[in-house]
Amino acid sequence: MHLHKYEKWWLVFGSATLVAFLIILGVGAFHNGTHPNQSKKTLDYERVEEFEPFDNPGVHKVEGKKWDYEVVLIASAFNYNPGAIELPLNAKVKFIATTKDVIHGFQVAGTNINMMLEPGYYSEYTTVVNKAGEYLIVCNEFCGTGHAFMYSSIKVVDANATDSSN
Amino acid sequence: MQQTAVTKFMKVDRKDANLAMANIYVAFVALLLGGLAGLLQVLVRSGQFNLPKGIGYYQVLTVHGVLLGLILTTFFIMGFQIAAVSRTAGPLTNTQRKIGWIGFWLMTIGTAAAAVMVLLNEATVLYTFYAPLKAHWIFYLGLTLVVVGSWLLCVPQIMKYAQWRKENKGQTSPLLTFMAVVNCLLWFVATLGVAVEVLFMLLPWSLGLIERVDVLLTRTLFWYFGHPLVYFWLLPAYMAWYVVVPKIIGGKIFSDALARLSFMLFLIFSFPVGIHHQLTEPGIDGFWKFVQVVLTFFVVVPSLMTAFSMFATFEMRGRELGGRGILGWFKKLPWNDCRFLVPFIGMLAFIPGGAGGLVNASYQMNQLVHNTVWVTGHFHLTVATAVVLTFFGVAFWLIPHLTGRTLTPQLNFLGNIVGILWGIGMLIMSAAMHIAGLLGAPRRSEYSEYGGATQAYDWVPYQIAQAVGGTILFIAIIIITYMVIKLAFFAPKGEEEFPVAEVAPGAEKTPAILENFKLWGVLLVALIIFAYTMPLIDIIQNSPAGTKGFNNLW
Repeated sequence: MHLHKYEKWWLVFGSATLVAFLIILGVGAFHNGTHPNQSKKTLDYERVEEFEPFDNPGVHKVEGKKWDYEVVLIASAFNYNPGAIELPLNAKVKFIATTKDVIHGFQVAGTNINMMLEPGYYSEYTTVVNKAGEYLIVCNEFCGTGHAFMYSSIKVVDANATDSSN
Repeated sequence: MQQTAVTKFMKVDRKDANLAMANIYVAFVALLLGGLAGLLQVLVRSGQFNLPKGIGYYQVLTVHGVLLGLILTTFFIMGFQIAAVSRTAGPLTNTQRKIGWIGFWLMTIGTAAAAVMVLLNEATVLYTFYAPLKAHWIFYLGLTLVVVGSWLLCVPQIMKYAQWRKENKGQTSPLLTFMAVVNCLLWFVATLGVAVEVLFMLLPWSLGLIERVDVLLTRTLFWYFGHPLVYFWLLPAYMAWYVVVPKIIGGKIFSDALARLSFMLFLIFSFPVGIHHQLTEPGIDGFWKFVQVVLTFFVVVPSLMTAFSMFATFEMRGRELGGRGILGWFKKLPWNDCRFLVPFIGMLAFIPGGAGGLVNASYQMNQLVHNTVWVTGHFHLTVATAVVLTFFGVAFWLIPHLTGRTLTPQLNFLGNIVGILWGIGMLIMSAAMHIAGLLGAPRRSEYSEYGGATQAYDWVPYQIAQAVGGTILFIAIIIITYMVIKLAFFAPKGEEEFPVAEVAPGAEKTPAILENFKLWGVLLVALIIFAYTMPLIDIIQNSPAGTKGFNNLW
């Protein structure tokens, strides 16, 4: 089959761009470890509170792990427990979340923290919260009438800034 | 010119025309009602308008998604493809046509059944019907009938193609018929996923025969179907771009072989990619998500080929008409012909649409946009502009061709207005959706101030812009509804051409390998097995206990 010379150039250029994109994504994922949520841990969604760490939702400082804080969160129609979260700036945080009923979203608006919460599964994502401010957590998967009124918040606090302002 | 190939079938057979028109009528009724639902949504989300008591936002959203995403598209595609096959491979036999009519009625009954359940608020589960939200069983049954009906409308297209091949041994089949058949095969293989999901899981579950379903499995089956679904929408638009638009501008098909190759590539690469819709979900291994991301990027290649072919055709024709210099040819194109201008605006929208699609599929980057209104902005450029405007461009000549009327200069003018309004309205709405999505605004959500959060406050101006864009789009829908009524019942009688371009002179014969469905079928199955076996085994082996249904949350 005959391909025009310009068409060959165009396809080579286009495909090379795609390959370059893929290399960037691949290095990011497999070298730098920036995978999205891929947790395979399961639990019984009807008895969520009986499974660790969901027996104790909230923010916990942890020792001896690769991260400094754990945020344990339970979603249910139409709220999040806990309803507000506070973290120190630059903390390495593992978010661990699940749902007690239908599928919910867990998205910290305007950031990379974005997971689907599905009944029976843990969803996990580890990141460094490196920008101070107050962030909105929204449910981004339709879950019923109260869907748009299902939210929580994260405050990332710069301890130094507070000190210097005093 | 040497021998002008005698095209045997210049007109769509009268009886086939009736079958095609039946589908097209339903499609445009769906457009009007689904468009009205869309208007209500953008108005509500602007924060300036409340729905009357008793109507829920998500009920309206379900109407919008089902009518426009599933009903408008499937009916229009079937109408167009039946007409295209009849025009290029000859009239259907009575048996073939009868099968098609049974399909049409099944689809229509199914649509009505599902619609009643949505209107009764028994099926406010959106068009993706994700478990464990559980709709009334009649809703699932209705959608099943739509799919089965669409299979029966595909059958006569494939039968006609097989008949043509038998009667014309050794010859290259008519391009439009070939393309219609590829799209039918894509549809068969795609709908298998959703058929398994609905018939073995959701339907018995909603009937109370089984108590629990595996939620992740239903979603994976849905997206096995959901991504090829978008190519099922796109390929008929590509049929018009490759074969119809060149004729409208007076040009030739750039390359018959290239067109067939791109369709075969779409057929095989549109499947092993569905998991890119599930990148932020638990229970699926990151490695296999990434494999499907890589395969997703492959499917860009046939779109690059198409873009080249289109602009090559435009430039060759523009130069033939005396256009000079780097861009002089561009001015020579028939900009005041709505059959060209309106699909052209669609093509333009596909450029940012495709680029945004790459962002969505980009593994980690997906986390920034997943389930934000950015995604809504994305598919309103691809399906709701590139595809829909091409369908409008087709309707402008196809409806009068089928009803024995003509596209008058006044209607042509209105057609251009529709295209321009659509372009402007969608530019405003889609741009606002993309930006608000980057700022974190979720999709599929009614107006909410999220407890007075500053971030949510920043989304409001973009939501008002969406309402402005959406209103312009609805005006365009009113105009095209008027046009469709005119073209179907009142325009002057006459002969409107069904434009089918010929291959450029001197083009090489199309290699037979491009029509070897066995070979491509084997590749298709191999790719599906490669991409899905491990993830599915993983999902099933690792699955938690199933989930009961929830039907009391809306």
